[in-house]
Amino acid sequence: MAGFDKVVNSYADAMAGLEDGMTVIAGGFGLCGIPENLIVEIQRMGVRDLTIVSNNCGVDGFGLGLLLEDKQIRKMVSSYVGENALFEKQLIEGELEVELTPQGTLAEKMRAGGAGIPAFYTATGYGTPIAEGKEVREFDGRPYILEEAIRGDFAIIKGWKADRYGNVMYRHTAQNFNPMAATAGKITVVEVEEIVEPGELDPTQIHTPGIYVDRLIQGVFEKRIEQRTVRSS
Amino acid sequence: MALTREQIAMRVARELKDGYFVNLGIGIPTLVANYVPKGLEVMLQSENGLLGMGPYPTESELDADLINAGKQTVTTLPGATIFSSAESFAMIRGGHVDLTVLGAFEVDVHGNIASWMIPGKLVKGMGGAMDLVAGADNIIVTMTHASKNNESKLLDRCTLPLTGAGCIKKVLTDLAWLEISDGAFILKERAPGVSVEEIVAKTAGRLIVPDEVPEMTF
Repeated sequence: MAGFDKVVNSYADAMAGLEDGMTVIAGGFGLCGIPENLIVEIQRMGVRDLTIVSNNCGVDGFGLGLLLEDKQIRKMVSSYVGENALFEKQLIEGELEVELTPQGTLAEKMRAGGAGIPAFYTATGYGTPIAEGKEVREFDGRPYILEEAIRGDFAIIKGWKADRYGNVMYRHTAQNFNPMAATAGKITVVEVEEIVEPGELDPTQIHTPGIYVDRLIQGVFEKRIEQRTVRSS
Repeated sequence: MALTREQIAMRVARELKDGYFVNLGIGIPTLVANYVPKGLEVMLQSENGLLGMGPYPTESELDADLINAGKQTVTTLPGATIFSSAESFAMIRGGHVDLTVLGAFEVDVHGNIASWMIPGKLVKGMGGAMDLVAGADNIIVTMTHASKNNESKLLDRCTLPLTGAGCIKKVLTDLAWLEISDGAFILKERAPGVSVEEIVAKTAGRLIVPDEVPEMTF
């Protein structure tokens, strides 16, 4: 790597430095826009006791579900989990902890984490179990709860195209949590389908500017579909 | 006769207005998209970051990178936009979505809703439901009026953990259209052939019955 060039040549280099007990923020919604090869690398590394911040936890045998196989995840921070049998089993047996977080609050926690905002007030969740123990304050007569930002030791991101400087574009709804997650990692690693030279992407079309990105790698993706729904004509 | 799933969707669709941005929850609410009145333009918001959601794709249009909040493959319509989850929930939390339709286990006379957690059962999560009910001013809850054991789901006080507090004003069940105001359900319409007496019997929460309760027509 030299100057602004973020490209690394192996997945081992991409995830170098990830250790037991670290927090990893992952982009993706369901199986859409997940950093599938970076997850495979974490599985290969065998690091344990991870806290994973991700809207969902993949499925059995794919995505973050892979990290359940060798019990690498200690805690999930998610809005919706449990579509995988292994997840349910580890949760019931107490091997896995889950902090359920409303989807919009989760996105905002990541955004705030990357934007230097330590906490924010939201009406979401007031009067519900997730408000327990959280500060409540009224603004204009309406109660809000205080939610704290999230930062990760690593953020793992799936993009569509990027230039070598790590300026990233996402494709369709594979964007989802990726832009916020990318801002909230101490080390942000992005894998993309295509890497081009600086100047080849329109600067106005960049979703994640390279300032947030530390490492970039080009990969080949399966892009598994979770709910395959089609119409006949 | 209690309303069918399709009739519930048809009745909700009558609340749509031209130019509405609408978020439809999973299940019956999704069916509302099939009954948008002719001549009205509405745009569907999907909280994973899509405004202007179209129908399911054909085999040749199928794209793993284009899904809705139910993780189903979808398409975009002309004029659609795609954005991040933070942007999506800024729209929702900021009150920019005109109508939200979602299901529930219970609602009560205080406008509380419980829809995500049954103690003792595996809790999968609230997804975007807490954000949707906290952020939207115009919410329609669709649900069955009573459980299979004939226990009312319209209560004085929700028994299950809440999804949101004091945020529901309109409820459509398989038996009735009700509004919530001043600590009571107000019976506005009844399903075809369903008597006021049956609705009264199956509503545990305080219920106000006006002199005239029109019957829905389909």
